[in-house]
Amino acid sequence: MENTLNIALDCAKAQNASKIHRLKMRVGDLSGVVPDALEFAFDVVTRGTIAEGAEFEIERVPVICHCPTCDRDFEPMDWFYECPHCHQLTPHIQSGQEIELTSLEVS
Amino acid sequence: MCTNCGCSVVGEVGIHSHSHENGHSHSHENGHHHHHHDTHQTIAVGQAVLAKNDRLAERNRGYFMAKNLLVLNVLSSPGSGKTAFLERMVQDIGSRIPTGIIVGDLETDNDAVRLSNSGAATVQITTGTVCHLESDMVLKAAQQLNLDRLDVLVIENVGNLVCPAAYDLGEDLRVVLLSVTEGEDKPLKYPTMFKSAQVVIISKIDLAEAVEFDREKALENIRKMAPQATIFEVSSRKGQGMTEWYGYLQQHLKKSPVSTIS
Ligand SMILES: Nc1nc2c(ncn2[C@@H]2O[C@H](COP(=O)(O)OP(=O)(O)OP(=O)(O)O)[C@@H](O)[C@H]2O)c(=O)[nH]1
Ligand SMILES: [Zn+2]
Ligand SMILES: [Zn+2]
Ligand SMILES: [Zn+2]
Ligand SMILES: [Zn+2]
Repeated sequence: MENTLNIALDCAKAQNASKIHRLKMRVGDLSGVVPDALEFAFDVVTRGTIAEGAEFEIERVPVICHCPTCDRDFEPMDWFYECPHCHQLTPHIQSGQEIELTSLEVS
Repeated sequence: MCTNCGCSVVGEVGIHSHSHENGHSHSHENGHHHHHHDTHQTIAVGQAVLAKNDRLAERNRGYFMAKNLLVLNVLSSPGSGKTAFLERMVQDIGSRIPTGIIVGDLETDNDAVRLSNSGAATVQITTGTVCHLESDMVLKAAQQLNLDRLDVLVIENVGNLVCPAAYDLGEDLRVVLLSVTEGEDKPLKYPTMFKSAQVVIISKIDLAEAVEFDREKALENIRKMAPQATIFEVSSRKGQGMTEWYGYLQQHLKKSPVSTIS
């Protein structure tokens, strides 16, 4: 979260903004990041910064896998990444691991 | 608290217990009213938050490759037996396969003391309130070792199966330990970690019977969660399964033991 805040503060500074009102993130379901924990950290790390009190939004990104046998993508039903078509387990993950700062609302 | 991931780093296993009760409420309304919406500006950022660590991890990887080092990132819950496993490994093969160890702990340097007693060149990283190791810490620690003399560099990560999963350290192999005392369902609870592992080690198998460990169930769970991983079953105490692990390690070395400059 410190990393996220630093990126946000740099962006805000580059725009000569004096306040960050809203911060949006994308967090993959397989990123290992717990959204609750992020929110908690957000409140702590933003204290005393221009992002203090900002609204914090997390968009969750579902896991998408690729089956090399069928050469197609699928959204797994559970943590076992079984292709619904050929029932093979796949280690190939297309998305769901991202942790990204998407946008900021500043003034 | 680790402000990077917001996790509570005190306490055991259920590490991510976030006490939202403790005087912490999400009243983001106060102080911020949407009066001046006209002056608000939205900036599209679209930046990966761990980009910096990932870049540094690539730098580490290049550096380690130039040194012909096989680098292992060893991960588990607190107390699964990482240090004991590494002690045993260094005692058994350290003289043949020179091994250096970087050990990350929240506070104490007990692990580093144990490991250096076993004969390995050891560097301790004390992370304080940070629940995981990051690439820049690893590089700083690695530079305190005489890497040219080593074949294997092991990083014993902070005991935590959640947050360290997101941090690439520039390793070749991720080795995740799971002890028989933690139960067969453990892999199902930590998908991110198990899906990123090249090796899964079931540790403390000398205790399997005592804790009625369901081996078949555990293997099935690991294979489903981490179909890419090679599985070993070991006891650092009694030595079972260690030979198989050494064989695997030998195969993955970047330089043959005989060519080691001494
Ligand atoms: N019976 C038995 N006990 C073991 C074995 N391996 C480790 N232990 C015990 O388990 C406890 C924890 O082992 P450590 O090696 O310190 O575990 P760790 O993963 O390094 O712990 P942290 O660094 O604190 O996360 C110690 O009391 C060890 O003696 C084993 O193979 N068999
Ligand atoms: Zn398929
Ligand atoms: Zn954490
Ligand atoms: Zn240890
Ligand atoms: Zn952390």
